[in-house]
Amino acid sequence: VTTAVNESAPGGAARHAAGLPRLLPATPEDLRAHLDRYGPTPYRRRANLLIADIEASGLTGRGGAAFPVHRKLALVARAGVRQGRKVVVANGAESEPASRKDEMLLRFAPNLVLDGLQLAAEAVGATEAHLYLHHAPGPQILRALAERSSAGLDWLGVTITQAPPRFLAGQEAAAVNRLGGGPALPTFQPPRVSERGLGGGPTLVQNVETLAHLALIARYGPRWFRAVGTSDEPGSMLTTIYRPGVRAHIREAAIGTPLSALLGTSDGDAAAGPGVQAWLIGGYHGTWLPLPDAAGLTLDNASLRPFGAAAGAGVLAALPSGRCGLAEVARVTGYLAAESAGQCGPCLNGLPRIAAALAELAGSGHRRQTRADLERWSGLVKGRGACNHPDGTVRFVRSALTVFEPEIRRHARGRCCATDHEATDRTPYLPLPDRPPSREEDWT
Amino acid sequence: MAEQLRMNPILCTGHGMCAELLPELVTLDEWGYPIIDPRPVPPALDRDARRAVAACPTLALRLLRSEQPARSG
Repeated sequence: VTTAVNESAPGGAARHAAGLPRLLPATPEDLRAHLDRYGPTPYRRRANLLIADIEASGLTGRGGAAFPVHRKLALVARAGVRQGRKVVVANGAESEPASRKDEMLLRFAPNLVLDGLQLAAEAVGATEAHLYLHHAPGPQILRALAERSSAGLDWLGVTITQAPPRFLAGQEAAAVNRLGGGPALPTFQPPRVSERGLGGGPTLVQNVETLAHLALIARYGPRWFRAVGTSDEPGSMLTTIYRPGVRAHIREAAIGTPLSALLGTSDGDAAAGPGVQAWLIGGYHGTWLPLPDAAGLTLDNASLRPFGAAAGAGVLAALPSGRCGLAEVARVTGYLAAESAGQCGPCLNGLPRIAAALAELAGSGHRRQTRADLERWSGLVKGRGACNHPDGTVRFVRSALTVFEPEIRRHARGRCCATDHEATDRTPYLPLPDRPPSREEDWT
Repeated sequence: MAEQLRMNPILCTGHGMCAELLPELVTLDEWGYPIIDPRPVPPALDRDARRAVAACPTLALRLLRSEQPARSG
């Protein structure tokens, strides 16, 4: 997968306008370019002061859950320092294989993320700051940290920790466990990490994109932030877009943008290239949407909710006609099953069975009870894990069973739309890690 | 004060004692893991619920104070 910014950023004062992109410059920016563009980090010199601005802005977490940022900030700010610690974590683990936006942001605008980390640390009164990454730290982030350190910009030193390459490694409690030197495994909550996290200290975990938005709100204010987006879901978000005939790319989109403008439509109009049979919104814990029924939806949760969908961390995929949706779903679900932490019985037992049943549906001539088994197992795993992995997987699977129902019937008769189609393409479409995960693999 | 059962699915290893001692509120799924009735424990089952909690070999089951009033029954 190659990533590319498909628009260049306006510089200087243009930043203050509502135009996009807000987060990603055209090329990676070092500290000097960052300071030229944005000026110094706008510290408030007192805890709590930023939180009211964040509340007024309506900023929500961009790691997938869309939780109101000010509420987490306030929880951690109110909690006392415990065991001598209060912690902020910039979460760049981005362990969803189809999402590449955090990696891109850390490469192109590392100083914006680090500004946000320091400002959040100041707002909650933290004693330590961490950066949790999917990859080994790249040259841009290392350079940014070194330059900020010599310029004396940072309120707190930043400790970098690399996440293991597991789907759940970026989950909030898993991140805190890994930072504490343990395996990156989810835990049973409560207590929430905001009450009792790293080393027992109250811990704020925010996605790196969330922190970059926070750094801009600290400079330009809530009204500026709300100049794009919807009134209920203000601002913009980074999306990772997969569509036929175009390289996978990162695009910052205003919340509320028509999905058809980002993904193309089933008509196969000129902009969209080849025809599209379905959309996947929100990545591998996300929701398949049928076309043309979903063609009028927009990139905001108010629009997506009636369809059981959410924008999540902004992974948007248009499945071209001529690809087998069932084969894609079976492949991804096999990956999700292998990525269960194996800690909770229903997930450990249910997901591999669900994955095997989908593989059977993606073949030809499945057994009669397979559909009923899938429904029952989906019901049995949902809501019964310590983390949301079973629920997210079931959302993905159930929506696929609905959207690809006609395809399931064709496969039952030994046919497949992909083979009926002239431009048959059997190569995998949705990205998965090259190296298959192994249960024995270390989680650290 | 009404209480409700809360199960830590990471600690639970599917011994099934809870379903044996409290079949009114706990059933087992096809893999032997408990499915717990999320509603407050009715007073009539309070003693059985306490026994189920005490019998769990992995200490996965607990009784927590509930915000909802108890069902009668």
